[in-house]
Amino acid sequence: MAVIDTLVQGALLGGVYALFALGLSLIFGVMRLVNLAHGDFIVLAAFIVLVGATSFGLSLPVATLIAVVAMFCLGFALQRLVLEAVLGEDIMPPLLITFGLSIVIQNGLLLGFGADSRRLDAGAFETRSLEVVQGLNVGLAPLLALIVAIAVILLLQLLFYRTALGRAFRATSDNPEIAQLMGIDHRNIYAVAVGISLAVSVIAAVAFGIRANFDPAIGPARLLYAFEAVIIGGLGSLWGTLAGGMVLGIAQTVGARIDPEWQILAGHLAFLLVLFLQPRGLFPARRA
Amino acid sequence: MTTLLATHALDAFYGDFQALFGVDFELAQGEAVAVVGANGAGKSTLLKSLVGLLRNRHDAIHFLDHDIGDRPAPEIVRMGLALVPEGRQLFASLSVEENLLVGAYGAARREPWALDTVYELFPVLRERRRGNVADMSGGQQQMVAIGRALMSNPRVLLCDEISLGLAPVIVEDIYRLIPRIRAGGTSVVIVEQDVARALRTVDRFYCLQEGRVTLAGRPADVSFDDVRKAYFGA
Amino acid sequence: MLERANPVSESRVGEGGWRVVVGTRLSRIAAIVAAFVVVGLVVLPAFASRALIQDLIFVFTMLALAQLWNVLAGWGGLITVGQQAFVGLGGYVLFAATVLAGLDPLLAIPLAGLFAGLVAALIGPLLFRLEGPYFAIGSWVVAEVCRLLCAQFKPLGGGTGTSLPNVVTANMWGLKPVQDLLAVRAPVARDVIVYWLTLVVVVATIAAIYAFARSRLGLALAATRDSMAASRSIGIRAHRIRYGLWIVCGVATGIVGAIVYLQKARISPDAAFSVTDWTAYVLFIAVIGGVRTIEGPVVGVLLLWALQHYLAQFGSLYLLLLGLIAIVMMLFLPKGLWGTFAERADIHLMPLRRRLRRS
Repeated sequence: MAVIDTLVQGALLGGVYALFALGLSLIFGVMRLVNLAHGDFIVLAAFIVLVGATSFGLSLPVATLIAVVAMFCLGFALQRLVLEAVLGEDIMPPLLITFGLSIVIQNGLLLGFGADSRRLDAGAFETRSLEVVQGLNVGLAPLLALIVAIAVILLLQLLFYRTALGRAFRATSDNPEIAQLMGIDHRNIYAVAVGISLAVSVIAAVAFGIRANFDPAIGPARLLYAFEAVIIGGLGSLWGTLAGGMVLGIAQTVGARIDPEWQILAGHLAFLLVLFLQPRGLFPARRA
Repeated sequence: MTTLLATHALDAFYGDFQALFGVDFELAQGEAVAVVGANGAGKSTLLKSLVGLLRNRHDAIHFLDHDIGDRPAPEIVRMGLALVPEGRQLFASLSVEENLLVGAYGAARREPWALDTVYELFPVLRERRRGNVADMSGGQQQMVAIGRALMSNPRVLLCDEISLGLAPVIVEDIYRLIPRIRAGGTSVVIVEQDVARALRTVDRFYCLQEGRVTLAGRPADVSFDDVRKAYFGA
Repeated sequence: MLERANPVSESRVGEGGWRVVVGTRLSRIAAIVAAFVVVGLVVLPAFASRALIQDLIFVFTMLALAQLWNVLAGWGGLITVGQQAFVGLGGYVLFAATVLAGLDPLLAIPLAGLFAGLVAALIGPLLFRLEGPYFAIGSWVVAEVCRLLCAQFKPLGGGTGTSLPNVVTANMWGLKPVQDLLAVRAPVARDVIVYWLTLVVVVATIAAIYAFARSRLGLALAATRDSMAASRSIGIRAHRIRYGLWIVCGVATGIVGAIVYLQKARISPDAAFSVTDWTAYVLFIAVIGGVRTIEGPVVGVLLLWALQHYLAQFGSLYLLLLGLIAIVMMLFLPKGLWGTFAERADIHLMPLRRRLRRS
């Protein structure tokens, strides 16, 4: 039972990691941009929701909704006003800019909120659990995080494969210049992609923030988990990313069972092992 | 006939390299015009300028009573210009039908071209609508490229080397479509290396050589020798 | 105007009186001035205060790290944000070799370099599998792995770290002669030795990078960075050069790390593998001065030194400001202060480009 419990808890943790990873994966897929501040944007989103819930007394869902809109607009503006200018053949400028953003967000949050650990208050919900079978308890919050992750993936799939906007995303990803010949303004497409990425970060932040503590410094670690989930799962496949998140979550949970100090290390080592054995990831997308 | 699309003393550059020198070009409503010339004469450059992939002087290009020389491509496409690019340039990660649908993304009008009518024009595409464009023959890919451009119901269709690399029978089939496209209210510009083929299809033509118009007129009014001189230089 | 006349290093190509030139009269003057500066810096401890020596240790180590990052990212296209892995490993090997194995620090420093190089050689092929920008995050993961592993290493204090016992540096080679030479106390003499070490490292690093950038290898690598098509055609060779560069930079970064922690005499995983200390500052230096130039980081490190001096007390605000400055620079002066100046004024103290000149 301990083995099954470990696997289940790890897989549930993977739901959160998949949520971390989706936004990172999305903008890399559309525009080959790697946002080194991705983890810090997740933390920023958590603080926005926290402020909405505590300072303005909003309920968690309302605060989340407002944060989703706010982060979408922030992402759109970030792309149009900052990243657009440096996006091109050379991959260095966008990396350096997003690394700079990471530093700016982290230290901005430190100035605004201090280094204390925070948590989103989901009432009694966060501690409630469900007894699946005897001896196997599943926390409602982790379970909901996984369900939300699956729901977000389904929504993104719908968006990408069933809508005109999704076709525009994929066409732009294939060839931005020819996409312009379809009347697609690639600059807006990119901006919407970054906006969606940050909007999804809000969902990730809430799923994470009601089950664990956060503080301004934890962004980079979230970036690394997101990245590991993407690479373990294989580039270009959203379900692969979910699977990658679960593999990472299970590795961390198993590591933690051996020694609590080994939790994070075990996840990193699992990532390096996958990179060694299956450099294209466990579930690579069929190459079109 | 009213002028739909025109350039006035159009110069075009790639960085420091000048590819077009003072080109005056005109296309009337309902007309079909060919642009012929040797490799590197500036034919593709002309099309890229028209559709906005190369930025120009504001008043260098005139379309539907607007100066569009400096407007970005998506905006011009939405006004009703469509380009079938050289080498087809289909979207590899989109299915056949999605390639057609994405063509309607910035559609200027909804009529007469839609999925049904394009499939009527190219029945084979309906059969392979879910297929991968990379698995298709060159001729079928060209059909997708033309269909994709038609889906925006353009007022002007620009075709860049649509016969390149295709078997003669297929080329014949594709050229047979031009009248049908014109019947839908679309004016056509054909860039072609096969001069005889092009001149048989169009009302008027321009011959480019090293970035300059060396001959223009109606196919019936010029001798083959005149064209050859304009094409290769004296 | 100066550099337009009298090329000093030249070789003939073809006929017709054209020559390929790299050096200029200005660059020769710059080289002579640089030589005088270096000699001045060598004898500086005889006059300077201990505080200045310590400041210069910071300047030299940061400059060396920035140059190493610059050559990796700028020439090799290996944009890493994980160089703290090798700094930290260097530091930890120094501590392990001196505290646990009883080696002399001066012997432990090259050992630290070799170990860091070994890790680079082992982990490189794995990281090189990551596509373009994902390499950056991969390098960060490796640094985190190193940090977590060192935190598990109980003999050196695990997560809390440890201090270098006095006995280690008290009997360090060269300490007594330097004490006698400069008539100073042992701690000052230790600083002076570290200062000289960093000076040697930074000068050697710059000289090596300059030689590399002008060599056939460096040119081949620059060519692959500029053109994807070219990189495919000479892909395997470029891959080998890049791998070699990665290992050599790992060795050098490990050496710098060892020297840094000999000076600090206290190590902990969080500090030794700090992304802020060993990557954020380093990127700032390169961005401000100008990536892909050798002079740029020199300008950048002096600016960082000044900012550090006046603003470091503000903590988070200081770091926030550094980040904002770097972003604004990337947007409006992407070639950096020196890179922009050099281009506008056509002044190249350490010229890299080969130019055609009529002789």
